[in-house]
Amino acid sequence: MSAVRAFVDLLAARRDPGALVPRDWEGVIGVARSEAMLATLANRLADADLPPAVAALFADQRAAAQVAQRQALWEAEMARRALAPAGIEFVLLKGAAYAAAGMACAAGRQIGDLDILVLASDIRRAENALLNAGWEWVKSDPYDDHYYRAHMHELPPLIHKARDRMIDVHHTILPRTHRITPDALALISDAVTSNGGHAVLCPQDMAVHCAAHMLADGDLQGGLRNLWDFHTMTRDFAAADAGFWGKLDGRAALHGLQAAVHRAARLARDLYGATLPGGWDRQDPTDAWFRRRLLARDDWGRVTKPLLEQAFYIRSHWLRMPPAMLARHLWTKWRKR
Amino acid sequence: MRHSTRIAVGPVQFRIGSDWAGPVAALERLYAGYPEDDARPADATVRLFAARPWRRWLRPSVHIGGDFVVPDALPLPLSMGLLAAEMGMNLQVALGWRRHMLLHASAVAKDGRALIMSGESGSGKSTLAALLGEGGWRLMGDEFTLIDPAGGDAFAFPRAVSIKNEAIAEVSARVDAARLGPLLAGTPKGDIRHLIPRPDAIAAMHEPARPALLLFPRFGGETTIEPMGEGEAFVRLTEASTNYVALGEAGFAALTRLVRETPAFGISYPDSAAGIALVGQLWADAAT
Repeated sequence: MSAVRAFVDLLAARRDPGALVPRDWEGVIGVARSEAMLATLANRLADADLPPAVAALFADQRAAAQVAQRQALWEAEMARRALAPAGIEFVLLKGAAYAAAGMACAAGRQIGDLDILVLASDIRRAENALLNAGWEWVKSDPYDDHYYRAHMHELPPLIHKARDRMIDVHHTILPRTHRITPDALALISDAVTSNGGHAVLCPQDMAVHCAAHMLADGDLQGGLRNLWDFHTMTRDFAAADAGFWGKLDGRAALHGLQAAVHRAARLARDLYGATLPGGWDRQDPTDAWFRRRLLARDDWGRVTKPLLEQAFYIRSHWLRMPPAMLARHLWTKWRKR
Repeated sequence: MRHSTRIAVGPVQFRIGSDWAGPVAALERLYAGYPEDDARPADATVRLFAARPWRRWLRPSVHIGGDFVVPDALPLPLSMGLLAAEMGMNLQVALGWRRHMLLHASAVAKDGRALIMSGESGSGKSTLAALLGEGGWRLMGDEFTLIDPAGGDAFAFPRAVSIKNEAIAEVSARVDAARLGPLLAGTPKGDIRHLIPRPDAIAAMHEPARPALLLFPRFGGETTIEPMGEGEAFVRLTEASTNYVALGEAGFAALTRLVRETPAFGISYPDSAAGIALVGQLWADAAT
């Protein structure tokens, strides 16, 4: 049995955990760790009858994820205290936002850097306020620094000198040089306040951002986790609002991200068993490449299709910048090796 | 992977995969006396691999991978495959284990009470623990000591002890050659030879011990004993713990309790005999 298949099936509740033998668990645990989703699986199977060693490991993971989440939200609070006196409002993105909003995908989800979104007109003041509050530039070379400032959708990463935590300050959700330009002003002006008091994207924008991050920007590293986020949030948003899928479609069109959002929905259906409404529930032969990339892990947690991985890496760059610029960028990067 | 083995050390079940037979055979010899539970899935995965297929034969070099990796870690020559495996296993525990608070410390136990020794590499903590383990003590481990955040007990991680440089001659003179691994000469950490813990230490590896004495040894110089305050011991142990921050409040509570309940000393000693004598003296005081 393929461990990555078993892992996906367990998340989708298509497989009985009681039917797994110890060697299967070993592969599933290895794959889940490689995808940084072991605590997600542990939460998904919190009530299942598991072998004692697995149950103990999963309990550790759930507890550790809870601590990590509290620390991530504390980091969001630190950012608020640094930016509020300057009158800069921000919107939480990704993991911290899911945690602040108490969403299902937050259970056990690993949260790396703190990602926030501010108005483009506030970005320099935000940087200054953070520098004054103890964040500093991660030492990087001048080319990278210039590259971030001229072409990216975020500041060069800042790290807090005492707490050793990174913050990514975004002014939009895709690189400036990307073929697609989302409506950043709409993202911020339609943000909503979460139960935790922080601003987060409205449901439709949250799903759009999740799909954009996975399919329009990245090379599908961590794709299973992003897809799990997308699947659980769209499922829960649709359960709370019967008109959700229609609104999502309109919002995706506004940001120019309909193709990515639709593909994310189809992949969530194919891998995690999402139920899609008419108009969404289609077949696209090119999805097969994405499924293959998402499932390209062996039972030891290794990426199995290096050429496919490379192809998706090149694709992510191809989408990110025009060809001449890409050539210049790769040339500079290659010379620095 | 082509070759693999499973090893349980203390509470951690490892699986180790390798592109070569050598490191797996060496591990299986060192860990032959450890309990095996085939029904137990591994908590942690270590992979020893060649960066390119032809590098399995041509100037073979072992890259260390697994659930957690250190970016840009340098590979080791195949002759040091055992060291690569050890480093891979340590890495998985240091970065992945959450059930206990991890202290980068050696430990030995007597009558259900533990002596914990924390220090940098070269402080002599491994050698002291190994030598005490050949005497009247149970060796708990030379690399990690695990503290249960709920109860405060110390748990053992008795991997094969990594004996280094000058200590190799001293330890090999005292133990049966069958309990020693191959000499790994000229590694990035100097010469290394592994010592298989005594069978009773392996048999007792799941038994907790109550922390009774904390030592911060420093090898070399005059014999000195300096009582250490709770604050200093606390700060030193936060630096010696790989998961103190990740455990959050539970880590703080566990460490606070440890330094409040356990007398701590910094010690210097010129040679092992003096070190062992110092330990005996301080243990006698702590145990009364």
